[in-house]
Amino acid sequence: MGRSSPLVGWLGGAALTLMLIGSAIGLFFVAADAEQGEVQRLMYVHVPAAWTAFVAFFLVFIGSVLYLVQRDPRADRFAAACAEVGVVFIALTLATGMLWGKPTWGVWWTWDPRLTTTALLLAVFVGYLAIRGFSDDPDRRARWSAVVGILGFIQVPIVYLSVVWWRTLHQPPSSPRSVSSEILWTWMLNFLAFLLVFSYLAARRARLARIEAELETRQAYDV
Amino acid sequence: MALGSRVAAIVWKDLLIEVRTKASFHSMLFFAALVLFVFSFAIGPDTPLLKRIAAGLLWVAIIFTGILSLSRTYQAEEAGGGLEGLRMAPGDPRGIYLGKLAGNILLLLAMETILFPASAVLFQLEIARNALPLAGIAILGTIGFSVVGTFYAALTLNLRAREILLPLLLIPALVPPLLGAVNSTQLVLDGNPLGEAAVWVRLMVAYDVTFFVVCTWIFPVAVEE
Repeated sequence: MGRSSPLVGWLGGAALTLMLIGSAIGLFFVAADAEQGEVQRLMYVHVPAAWTAFVAFFLVFIGSVLYLVQRDPRADRFAAACAEVGVVFIALTLATGMLWGKPTWGVWWTWDPRLTTTALLLAVFVGYLAIRGFSDDPDRRARWSAVVGILGFIQVPIVYLSVVWWRTLHQPPSSPRSVSSEILWTWMLNFLAFLLVFSYLAARRARLARIEAELETRQAYDV
Repeated sequence: MALGSRVAAIVWKDLLIEVRTKASFHSMLFFAALVLFVFSFAIGPDTPLLKRIAAGLLWVAIIFTGILSLSRTYQAEEAGGGLEGLRMAPGDPRGIYLGKLAGNILLLLAMETILFPASAVLFQLEIARNALPLAGIAILGTIGFSVVGTFYAALTLNLRAREILLPLLLIPALVPPLLGAVNSTQLVLDGNPLGEAAVWVRLMVAYDVTFFVVCTWIFPVAVEE
């Protein structure tokens, strides 16, 4: 078992640095929102976390397709690592969204299409991890979870569309205000920081999965 | 054997077993009726309120019952390694999926033909006048449920804790057909004044077609050894 690549160490360093810079800008340097006040700063965590979670889900889909085409265990470990870290980011998205919603909308939860779809996405990701947790054979585990990763990804747009219709037939959706370039830049910076954190964690998780797979093989032959 | 006759053979075998034992059908029907009762007990004997949310109660009862019956989809094959035999039989393994799918759809629809009138009696719904549109909605909703359900039932077949994993995977995927079926049913029951039910019918058609194609295409991967 080789040591982890020095590249991963650098990635971790860069992620940490950029996180500190991005958080500092979001917390102290950007002016507070005129309407929402300081609460709006939560968006510098919420929005990048949401984007990162969607990227993670897309990568799970890519890894799942790659696995089914090539049957390469590395693709499976890649998809699994992305899913596991993706769950953290999507849970963070929901948590910060609710923290923001309480002072802004007056409620923790509302049946907003994006909110509802994000919660369902979390359920799909958890289902993906659960099917992995409950299967012992590595090949079957990889194949079954790849199928869930693909179907889960395909169902996202149609779930979102159905929830949008469900809401709009009852009340008009809130139109998002256009955001200033300052806010957009801070989002982008934090998005980059979150992506680096995600890549670092996923790389670590994939390495752990590789070690676990090797252990499984050794135990299978030794016993 | 050609795909068509493979499918027909599986449907015929399963329906014959069902007709002779009536094991699933009766218990499914009474379970669904009990779900409607439990909802009414939980909500209270407020008929106007129950009438307003009847479509939702009805479809939740159908989905709960459907999930229970899905876990029995491959039960007949499990005992004697029959699924191995089916899979090893020369020809396209998709025939297994299509046959089981057709069987599940027929069984659920048979149950719904009794459950819809029963709910009409319980909640004082006007279903006789809207029988044709309601039948179309029931068929589309049942196809959407069964397409994904039959697939996930095969996928979770050999898993530990499949009783909990099947609904865990299935329910998030069932949001579009559930919303489509509930909303169009309620709109039709209310007389569909604005013709809004068409939107939901289109959603169900799009969902049914998309997932029928994807699930049929990917099925061999789910059952290969």
